[in-house]
Amino acid sequence: MNRIDRLFQEKQEKILSIYFTAGYPKIDDTLPIMEAIAAAGGDVIEIGIPFSDPIADGPTIQESNKLALENGMTLKLLFRQLEGMREKISTPVVLMGYLNPIIQYGMEAFCSKCQEVGVDGLILPDLPMQQYLDEFKEVFDQYGLKNTFLISPQTSENRIREIDRHSDGFIYMVSSHSITGAKSGISDQQLEYFQRVKDMDLNNPRLIGFGISDHESFEKVSGYAHGAIIGSAFIKVLSSAKELKSDIQTYIQEVKKYNYDHSS
Amino acid sequence: MIGIDDKGFYGKFGGAYIPEMLHPNIEELKQNYVAIIEDKAFQSQFDNLLTDYVGRPTPLYLASRLSEKYKAKIYLKREDLCHTGAHKVNNTIGQILLAQKLGKKRIIAETGAGQHGVATATVCALMGMDCTIYMGEVDIARQRPNVERMKILGAKVIPASSGSKTLKDATNEAMRQWINDPVDTHYIIGSVVGPDPYPEMVAKFQSVISKEIKIQLKEKEGRENPDMVIACVGGGSNAAGAFYHYYNEPDVRLIAVEAAGLGIHSGKSAATTALGKMGILHGSKTLLMQTEDGQVVEPHSISAGLDYPGIGPIHAHLFDIGRAEFVGVEDKHAMEAGIELSKLEGIIPAIESAHALYALNQIEYKPDDIIVINLSGRGDKDLETYIKWGKY
Ligand SMILES: Cc1ncc(COP(=O)(O)O)c(C=O)c1O
Repeated sequence: MNRIDRLFQEKQEKILSIYFTAGYPKIDDTLPIMEAIAAAGGDVIEIGIPFSDPIADGPTIQESNKLALENGMTLKLLFRQLEGMREKISTPVVLMGYLNPIIQYGMEAFCSKCQEVGVDGLILPDLPMQQYLDEFKEVFDQYGLKNTFLISPQTSENRIREIDRHSDGFIYMVSSHSITGAKSGISDQQLEYFQRVKDMDLNNPRLIGFGISDHESFEKVSGYAHGAIIGSAFIKVLSSAKELKSDIQTYIQEVKKYNYDHSS
Repeated sequence: MIGIDDKGFYGKFGGAYIPEMLHPNIEELKQNYVAIIEDKAFQSQFDNLLTDYVGRPTPLYLASRLSEKYKAKIYLKREDLCHTGAHKVNNTIGQILLAQKLGKKRIIAETGAGQHGVATATVCALMGMDCTIYMGEVDIARQRPNVERMKILGAKVIPASSGSKTLKDATNEAMRQWINDPVDTHYIIGSVVGPDPYPEMVAKFQSVISKEIKIQLKEKEGRENPDMVIACVGGGSNAAGAFYHYYNEPDVRLIAVEAAGLGIHSGKSAATTALGKMGILHGSKTLLMQTEDGQVVEPHSISAGLDYPGIGPIHAHLFDIGRAEFVGVEDKHAMEAGIELSKLEGIIPAIESAHALYALNQIEYKPDDIIVINLSGRGDKDLETYIKWGKY
């Protein structure tokens, strides 16, 4: 069974998904960061494939993309780093990236490699639903990859229903009109939107992302969805980390505010 | 027939590869723009502004001394005489009227040379709309007068400080800003780039250029079709406008001139068709200068308006099917051609347009050929670059 399906079967609330950019802060940090997230109780790991022109990202993730590229990160190298990850962690892993580097790698080769190393799903922010259906759905299915669509406060009810119909992992709810990391605090207007979507009773679980940074915001949005995604705030932790593993542990436990027994 | 299909593609190129956050905006445009711009009242408003405000039709000028030198009959389409100094304003007039019809309150735009920024700030002043322009830090430094013009016109100019700090990065910033404020904002893209329907919409607004050429050439030469049309290509809006009514006239050669910078293989150029591969940037699938790993390469051109690593999908298609001939002109040759036109005809061209002029030295033609060169802009904004170049 796909690890994403298994996760949502076993757990329906307070799922914490953590995003980081591959190759940041150091080129070889990918696997150590993943292991630390898994050990600290992160439920989903999202690995960002760095790109020169990340148009949906705010300054923090732009900077991590830039440094990762300067460090020499490429998709080929990332796959090499991910070989063998399934011997170390069982957490669902999702790759997040803009289309261009993936297309240059070759979509089918990319999907096949994802399956080989044990990647469970994809989030491709510049791949709209129609293009996904027309060009890529078949390959994603062939290699057992779940595609996650984004929705935002502007997405119409009809469109959300359509996205729900074509999703089979989870739906990524962008918390506000914004690029990543842009706004802080959760407004009443945002809560109304979360509630509105919650009331739609969709088939797919929902994770809320963009602007979630700490225990308070995590708790607040978790009441309206199956969990949340933290990106920019986690990148900031990495950028100031002195000891990667323990700083990641401290941060994630602070967000979740319970002591995780990592014997599972 | 060359043109856009109902999925928003020109052959293999185009489409709308945008984050879901922008889907409602793009959909709103797609659903409404054709009906709005084909509406009689809109058209007469657009035409009136082009006539009384922009100063259209722009002359089709027979450049006799240039013709004598190059031994062909060379006409210059004088887009440099448009209000604000370049063709860019044809598009901004169209889009601001559209934005008003869509009930938008704010305008954002990217700019490279600053010509599109000035043209946008101008129409925002004209319509009393709030205006923010994104411009790369490098371009702010090399196109200073245009930055000041935008400010005088009441626009905010926000520096783009990421990446190569030029047009590509200004476009990234504008797109991010649009995601942050999608409901009230209209994004006036300045070239035939971006997600569908922008490339076709901008081309339609610019198509007035070839519409006029046909009428003017008929009057002067008794025929609508020249033997060739030459235009420079940054994103490709002046070229799309100059080619538009000739796409499907196979007897007219279309020459698209790219910036070859310090030389096509110098690692410092913006010669997209020579160096690019199919890729996706700023919402469309097109030819793109990129590394093997799909990272977008930072381009170089002496002219800020051509300093872009891609081209509009229509041009990628014209290249792909061989309908247009693509020529790369180097920085130094463009400068030479700019100075030559100044001396021969008393017209100081924008350095972008000077690329198109120099192409005369790189293509073959017959002595009795009628050649139309789209003189996309004037050189006022480039004085600093001309002065630094010296040699005149
Ligand atoms: C005078 C002039 N010509 C050409 C261009 C290039 O743009 P496009 O290729 O869209 O015509 C610019 C862009 O700033 C310009 O200012």
